[in-house]
Amino acid sequence: MEILVCVRRVPDTAENEIELNRAGNDIERDDLVYSINEADNYAVEEALQIVAKAGGNVTVVTVGGDDDEEVLRREMAMGANQGVLIKDEAFNGSDGKGIATILKAFVQKGKYDLVLTGVQAEDGGAQVGGMLASLLDYPFASLVNSIEVLDGKKLKISREIAGGNKEMNEIDLPCVLSIQTGINEPRYVGMRGIRQVASLDIPTFGASDLGVAASSVGDAAAKVKRSDYFVPAMGKGAEMLQGSREENIENLIGLLKAKGGLK
Amino acid sequence: MARIFAYIEHKGGVADDSAAELVAAAKKIDPAASPTAVVTGWGADLDAVCKSLTASYAEVWKIANEALAYPNGELVRKALAKVLPHDSLVLVPHDHFGVDLGPGLSIKMDSTFVSDVVAIDGLDGAFLKVVRQEYGGQVSTHVRCDVSSGAVVNLRPGAFKPLESPPANGKVVDKSSEAGALTSGRRYLTTVVAEAGDVDISKQPVLVSIGRGIGEKDNVAIAQELADAMGAVVSCSRPVVDAKWLEKSRQVGSSGQTVKPKVYMACGISGSFQHLAGLKGNPFIVAINKNPKAPIFQVADVGIVDDILEFLPELTTKIREL
Repeated sequence: MEILVCVRRVPDTAENEIELNRAGNDIERDDLVYSINEADNYAVEEALQIVAKAGGNVTVVTVGGDDDEEVLRREMAMGANQGVLIKDEAFNGSDGKGIATILKAFVQKGKYDLVLTGVQAEDGGAQVGGMLASLLDYPFASLVNSIEVLDGKKLKISREIAGGNKEMNEIDLPCVLSIQTGINEPRYVGMRGIRQVASLDIPTFGASDLGVAASSVGDAAAKVKRSDYFVPAMGKGAEMLQGSREENIENLIGLLKAKGGLK
Repeated sequence: MARIFAYIEHKGGVADDSAAELVAAAKKIDPAASPTAVVTGWGADLDAVCKSLTASYAEVWKIANEALAYPNGELVRKALAKVLPHDSLVLVPHDHFGVDLGPGLSIKMDSTFVSDVVAIDGLDGAFLKVVRQEYGGQVSTHVRCDVSSGAVVNLRPGAFKPLESPPANGKVVDKSSEAGALTSGRRYLTTVVAEAGDVDISKQPVLVSIGRGIGEKDNVAIAQELADAMGAVVSCSRPVVDAKWLEKSRQVGSSGQTVKPKVYMACGISGSFQHLAGLKGNPFIVAINKNPKAPIFQVADVGIVDDILEFLPELTTKIREL
């Protein structure tokens, strides 16, 4: 099975406090720690597990810039056979539909049985996978938390629905699936693994390579645009205990007693 | 202006709570708006829902088709793309169904998609001004959407408070014939209900709940020791289950359990809306997190900025000394 996984490099919310920049038009990006978007990493692991059983190849692709190569290499160190960087100035400022339009052109240049995305990016809207599927006229399923290959033509999948329940579906290939976190246990990638793929070639595709009209992507085509970033008013907000740790513990125990939190 | 439609989720003949939230959202787009409900399904359940909706919607479009008896997002998308005028504003709840339906629907209607909207500031000519959140709610953005060719707007459940309004005395319009035959490359098989765990966290009065901040599996014992000292039970947020440190049955949130404790200790939990959606009954919330910007501090009653791996063991020791 030929599998394409669409990935992104994002600021890692586990490692950073996200703050506004001074102009209020972006987050403060100095000193941010970036990593592979968490759900995308699960998608790559799932692809690797499928080809380990069913055979085939895993390609990881991202739309971005030179800095984004590091996440492609990380996923190649996990075992992806190929990394592809899609970059072009014409792509800057694309909205979700623009990114889906670019990825559609790339998918159509290859021959993929299965296209995976992460369910959502840290700064995204859980939208590119569904748009890509509709642009390609492929079947789509979101929030996928298990995949079983039934034969060369279809999969049995589950979707995560409310209350921890699972919706089971059969889906024809080729299709697009957005992968939910927790579907598997992504393998560890060490520095040694990353060094081993450091010199592998990562081909780059631009707008003309993909036959994407500049007018259909980028800032000019984007119909959804951020005007600014802000931190919403805190509402009531918590009463912050600001003493020493010992004082905070004493205060907290008093509150817990009063509220029935201690037996 | 373009017509506003509200996609109504329903189950067992009863409309989802979001049906009333979508009316409130439509009024934020235009105070004079009278949104039209659009409902897909089959049989007596569908008829019951349509009838009930005439109390709050002036017009209810019914799309009956046996293939829509279960709400398969793939089939619903095809039906809506055929029936709805493509320059409409279509409001959809941003839940496990809306995530499936919405993005692709905007492509099929050749309109704009905006995801997980938490507030609507109104229309500015051809632009809809909305608010979204990013990075787990740590920052928000004002977003301008060109809706001149229509839009699919996915709305966060719970973000729009239902309005008190007089009965609409609406009518049901049968649009079934316009949807035509519906087939998809994705076929619904069955629903597998979540397995019950060793404890039912939904019935516990006191929960010590841990998030990503617990760091690694071995540290779960720190929370368990505190819970034992307090006479409480350990629950968690999604990342802890994703990492397989605790069972799914311990997860609080929209994709886990709904809990209604008296006291909720949120330890190393950032406080995403999906997590908070599982927290009902107005508990006394204590938040302990080393990130002072964590959204959990906005909803907690008491907050402490500290490292839970150091704070919790000391708290446990003091409680044991009581």
